[in-house]
Amino acid sequence: MKPAPFRMYAPHTVAQAVATLAALEAEGQHAKVLAGGQSLVPVLAMRLAEPGHLVDINGVAGLDAIDVSSAGVRVGALVRHAELLRHAEANRVQPLLSQALNLVAHATIRNRGTTVGSLAHADPSGEMTAVLVLTGGSVTAVSVRGEREIPAAEFFVGPLESSLAADELALSAFFPAAPAGAGTAFVEMARRHGDYALSGVGAVVIPGPSRDEGAPTISVSCGFLSVSETPLVLDLSDAWAAGEDSVMAVVRAAIDPQDDIHASADYRRHITGILAVRAIREALARVREEQAA
Amino acid sequence: MTTSVTPGTAVPGETRRVVELTVNGVHRSAEVDVRRTLADFLRHDLALTGTHVGCEHGVCGACTVLLDGLPVRSCLLFAATVSGHSITTIEGLGQLQPDGTTKVSPVQQAFRDCHALQCGFCTPGMLTTITAGLAENPHPTAQQAVDMISGNLCRCTGYQNIVEAVLRAAELMENPDAPLPDEGFTADEHAKGDA
Ligand SMILES: Cc1cc2nc3c(=O)[nH]c(=O)nc-3n(C[C@H](O)[C@H](O)[C@H](O)COP(=O)(O)OP(=O)(O)OC[C@H]3O[C@@H](n4cnc5c(N)ncnc54)[C@H](O)[C@@H]3O)c2cc1C
Ligand code: FES
Ligand code: FES
Repeated sequence: MKPAPFRMYAPHTVAQAVATLAALEAEGQHAKVLAGGQSLVPVLAMRLAEPGHLVDINGVAGLDAIDVSSAGVRVGALVRHAELLRHAEANRVQPLLSQALNLVAHATIRNRGTTVGSLAHADPSGEMTAVLVLTGGSVTAVSVRGEREIPAAEFFVGPLESSLAADELALSAFFPAAPAGAGTAFVEMARRHGDYALSGVGAVVIPGPSRDEGAPTISVSCGFLSVSETPLVLDLSDAWAAGEDSVMAVVRAAIDPQDDIHASADYRRHITGILAVRAIREALARVREEQAA
Repeated sequence: MTTSVTPGTAVPGETRRVVELTVNGVHRSAEVDVRRTLADFLRHDLALTGTHVGCEHGVCGACTVLLDGLPVRSCLLFAATVSGHSITTIEGLGQLQPDGTTKVSPVQQAFRDCHALQCGFCTPGMLTTITAGLAENPHPTAQQAVDMISGNLCRCTGYQNIVEAVLRAAELMENPDAPLPDEGFTADEHAKGDA
């Protein structure tokens, strides 16, 4: 349970960090960025990976900012989950952040783990991966070649695989603001509070003017975790208009959960339908609270 | 769209590093492998064996210490990464008295009052976690006490007495002389009160 030997690099600037990653890449070396270490260190301890080089970004200046504007929330690479969870202004602009962060691991892990690190880790059971896709956010990456913005839909390639190149550093993530009048909610089921979820669902509902001359319609979208290889988002507006049974049927048909030691695929499929209905109901209740206030 | 970045120079890698930490208020340093975890640094290099190591992958919470006042898993941190910071371990929770003896902290006293440990393996992690938890929320409900310790595994007690100890510690922090109720606390009663 001890990591294999490696060399550690401690850059102080982003320029040094990406130059170091580029030099290691040019030498054909296997290098990894070390942020909070809450996913990477267990992987090293169990020797599931033995990278020869770790570029520790904890001493890099300027990566710890949370910038909030009416457009959304930009989160720097060294912002710990706990800091974002406590940031009142960020959570006013995009309430899904704290709704989901409350369910990310335990408080002790959140004190160290970074939100951007959990995106880079690209775990389909990670709450923040689902939030990034559901909100239509993006990740800004930097390398010696320059900076680029990667939309959420292109960021997650497979389980534990992002579209970051080996010599790229994720600088920040951007979560767009919740649309005006929208209600959001995040619900999940885990064996114990703080464990990785068996299944989880985030919902965004936006009451809108009538699409046809009929009844007023609401736009409903849900993001899912632990039930597909990459974070999945479904537009459930029509299904919701047809009723809760229809939501459950559409969701269960769209997801692809796996069996594991914690739950069977069938059980996950079953509860995910229910969780989707719960998330939508909760988000709608928030819309009503807003309207009443 | 690609914008240019200021060119930088690669930094050299190291396999050993001198780590400097303030541990329980005392400056300590040692040269160690960069792969040394903070837990092993405390136990092997500083001989502070109060911090326990159970799972070594972040799940059990036995190794929890306070980093600049906040609880973290010391098995998931490399000592080199936190060099320069301040650490509190179980050895640092008690208060040193003028006569050189150490007085246990309110959380430690509460564990004694409520019989909140059996083998004691999980206890250092429980005490550090609860110390920080009560600093943030000095008046937890029984449910909040359960949440506070939900990241720490105990194989002996069944948790009920630990939950009681959290509530008792909150009481002792308010009034160090608070008497123990004759029949003792029961977490069940608190839970009923919250429902
Ligand atoms: C017991 C336990 C329970 C947990 N439960 C949950 C949970 O329920 N939900 C959840 O979402 N997470 C959970 N986590 C994981 C936690 O959220 C991690 O903090 C997060 O996944 C990774 O963030 P980090 O900063 O620790 O990254 P690290 O562990 O440092 O890195 C993770 C990976 O991302 C890469 N990386 C990190 N930052 C960057 C960057 N800026 N640029 C490029 N690459 C980067 C690393 O190279 C590595 O491959 C849990 C962890 C533990 C130990
Ligand atoms: S030893 Fe660190 S969490 Fe188990
Ligand atoms: S007292 Fe033995 S593990 Fe908790």
